[in-house]
Amino acid sequence: MLRSGRVDFAGVVKHVNLSYVPEAMVGDFVLVHVGFAISTVDEAEAAQVFRYLEQMGELAELDEREPS
Amino acid sequence: MKFIDEYRDPAAAAGFARALRRITTRPWTLMEVCGGQTHAIVKFGVDELLPPEVELVHGPGCPVCVTPLELIEKALEIASMPGVTFCSFGDMLRVPGRTTDLLTVKARGGDVRIVYSPLDAVTLARENPDREVVFFAVGFETTAPANAMAVFQAAQLGLKNFSLLVSHVLVPPAMEAILSSPKSRVQGFLAAGHVCSVMGFTEYEPLAARYRVPIVVTGFEPLDILQGVYMCVKQLEEGRAEVENQYARAVRRDGNVPAQLLMREVFRIAPRKWRGVGEIPESGLALAGPYASFDAEVRFGIAGHTADEPTECCSGQIMQGLMKPHECPAFGTRCTPEHPLGATMVSSEGACAAYYRYRRLTVPPQEQKVVSHGN
Amino acid sequence: MAIDLIPGATCAVPIGDHTHVLLAHGGGGRLTNQLIDGLFLPAFGNPSSHAHHDGAHLHMGGARLAFSTDSYVVRPMFFPGGDIGTLAINGTVNDLAMCGARPQFLSVGFVIEEGLPMESLRRIVSSMQAAARAAAVTIVTGDTKVVDRGKGDGVYVNTAGVGLIEYDGVIAPASVRPGDVILLSGDIGRHGMAVMAAREGLQFESDIESDCAPVSAPVLALLEAGVDVHCLRDLTRGGLASAVVEIAQASGLHIRLEEDALPVREDVRGACEILGFDPIYVANEGRFIAFVPEADARRAFEILRAHAVSVGVVRVGVVSERPEGLVTLRSRIGATRVVDMLSGEQLPRIC
Repeated sequence: MLRSGRVDFAGVVKHVNLSYVPEAMVGDFVLVHVGFAISTVDEAEAAQVFRYLEQMGELAELDEREPS
Repeated sequence: MKFIDEYRDPAAAAGFARALRRITTRPWTLMEVCGGQTHAIVKFGVDELLPPEVELVHGPGCPVCVTPLELIEKALEIASMPGVTFCSFGDMLRVPGRTTDLLTVKARGGDVRIVYSPLDAVTLARENPDREVVFFAVGFETTAPANAMAVFQAAQLGLKNFSLLVSHVLVPPAMEAILSSPKSRVQGFLAAGHVCSVMGFTEYEPLAARYRVPIVVTGFEPLDILQGVYMCVKQLEEGRAEVENQYARAVRRDGNVPAQLLMREVFRIAPRKWRGVGEIPESGLALAGPYASFDAEVRFGIAGHTADEPTECCSGQIMQGLMKPHECPAFGTRCTPEHPLGATMVSSEGACAAYYRYRRLTVPPQEQKVVSHGN
Repeated sequence: MAIDLIPGATCAVPIGDHTHVLLAHGGGGRLTNQLIDGLFLPAFGNPSSHAHHDGAHLHMGGARLAFSTDSYVVRPMFFPGGDIGTLAINGTVNDLAMCGARPQFLSVGFVIEEGLPMESLRRIVSSMQAAARAAAVTIVTGDTKVVDRGKGDGVYVNTAGVGLIEYDGVIAPASVRPGDVILLSGDIGRHGMAVMAAREGLQFESDIESDCAPVSAPVLALLEAGVDVHCLRDLTRGGLASAVVEIAQASGLHIRLEEDALPVREDVRGACEILGFDPIYVANEGRFIAFVPEADARRAFEILRAHAVSVGVVRVGVVSERPEGLVTLRSRIGATRVVDMLSGEQLPRIC
């Protein structure tokens, strides 16, 4: 319950309580709130915002290429 | 910064805006219930990228704003007592009670401290056994695990001089209260991403089904919000009413189980008054039996104190999404961040404060003039 | 929209007129200005005092002088990149430079709390000596007082300075014109976050150092080169935002900033993200903005780039007529928002 670690925010390091992310390993990204990590960030899922956009983007480009 | 900058990419934002324009055929009213999202929307101007048919209204998503007057008065009373070290997050310090606020209490000699984490308050209690250290535990489910841990640690350490003034509120009951109101115009919800990273989103499934509203768990960066709005509008256009997860990189359906376990150990569900909205049953957290001795209201003997909210105030209308901040007659004139009439103007995440700070361009000119003299 | 608003009966009683001085009154934002406008100016005001200027312009025996004063109360006294001593010298040097003057002579006043370790005082004095040398100014007079233990905060330092104004034009918000370009001398937010990192309780490790430095050399270079400098302002408490808002209000013009152009170091951003701070409001101690006409912008840019303290100069905005008195910022994603002055200190934001 007292697991804590050093979390890097773009070069600034803070001690953060890691009790709620027992699966977090060094090198993982975490979501920090009031000094606690409340979730790990899933890198694969993080890209889905852009995959989604790409899928839509193809359609949008098609529309744009319609005779104007 | 990784996982932040990518979600502020202008080209991608424009892409979502274009896609939204393509699929929107009718007016829709969506509500977000998170002060952090309100702030991001107004700060980055996300709503300027939406098609005119899509209206985003702001719900009671700012825990500072919804803390009832009664509890502010209790905080002020405790903070003014000799021998007390009163700890709080920054925003609560400027919320006005009936006649004063915590910053003023500090100016007059009260030991009021801003802390970054509730554990800092526990440390203060450990290091100052001659002081009564009280932590103002305000927040949604996002902050509850941290507060639970603080109480748990205080109990483990056998601290006798630490207590919590609790003002925890829960999101799903508030959403239900809004949806069940006959005045509700809300057709879709953006659910607060950080609340859901703790709680998961199973609680929203019955709400979506019962009220036939799409609910999309959404993050905080501009791209997250744009994608969340897109997914919500897409559901509405297609006649669906499901729970979807836009913020999948940080939210899983079941949420954070270790956090929920400790929350359930330390807290119990209780009725709560929401400032500007009224009492909503089972909408808050209070300390559970074994931890009741850490309840500041009991420790200082003020549990029975009440304070009536004065007559109906615009903040309530704004927090229910029935009015926009600049539609309030006092906005920018009698009500400014220096002279706030309600909590939504005080808190940096309150809708009124956000609109005031970032949006005065849309306010009629005569109001602007008064505003620039800072009065 | 029919709302029955009973005047005065609302969610809370407004905290308007303060019966006690608040910390926010010293924050450099709106409340500070209210104190100046409401209390000090009516009492002390005279034809040569410019309310929101960095210093006073005086005529004395045929000479044009700039005269400025500043007090330093920073906690902690020692922080990465400097200390209360370096701040005290550079702060007044920079205020004089903002008046278009060559800083020459400084006075120093100490209010020391009984019990301050002599070694600390020695360090501070040594810093001041080095800073004065670097800024080419001489400390010519001073005063020392000691107060009882518990009645001070280690040490408070005041400096005042004079210099000769070497520029014929009027450097003031009133000289700003539509079309003027705004140059910012370097990246923002370092000083405030360096001090934050050194404060107890916030406990984060960082390499951020204060940007505390004299800026008189590049400013005088601009003036000597004949650049038509309309306005100068050094960025201190309240950050870039407070400085531009003040100038917009005083000039009655509109200032538009581009968010993409604002230089912020990655680690400063990280520190701001942790505390929920906005870098445009964070204090600086070695940065300034210059308003020059478009025609002089290129030349001014090159001159500033040639000096170490302003090598990071960037163009951050432009002046126009409307909306009057407001500052707007175009966000990364292309939307526009108003930039306001803060009432007081930024409080660490949580949610």
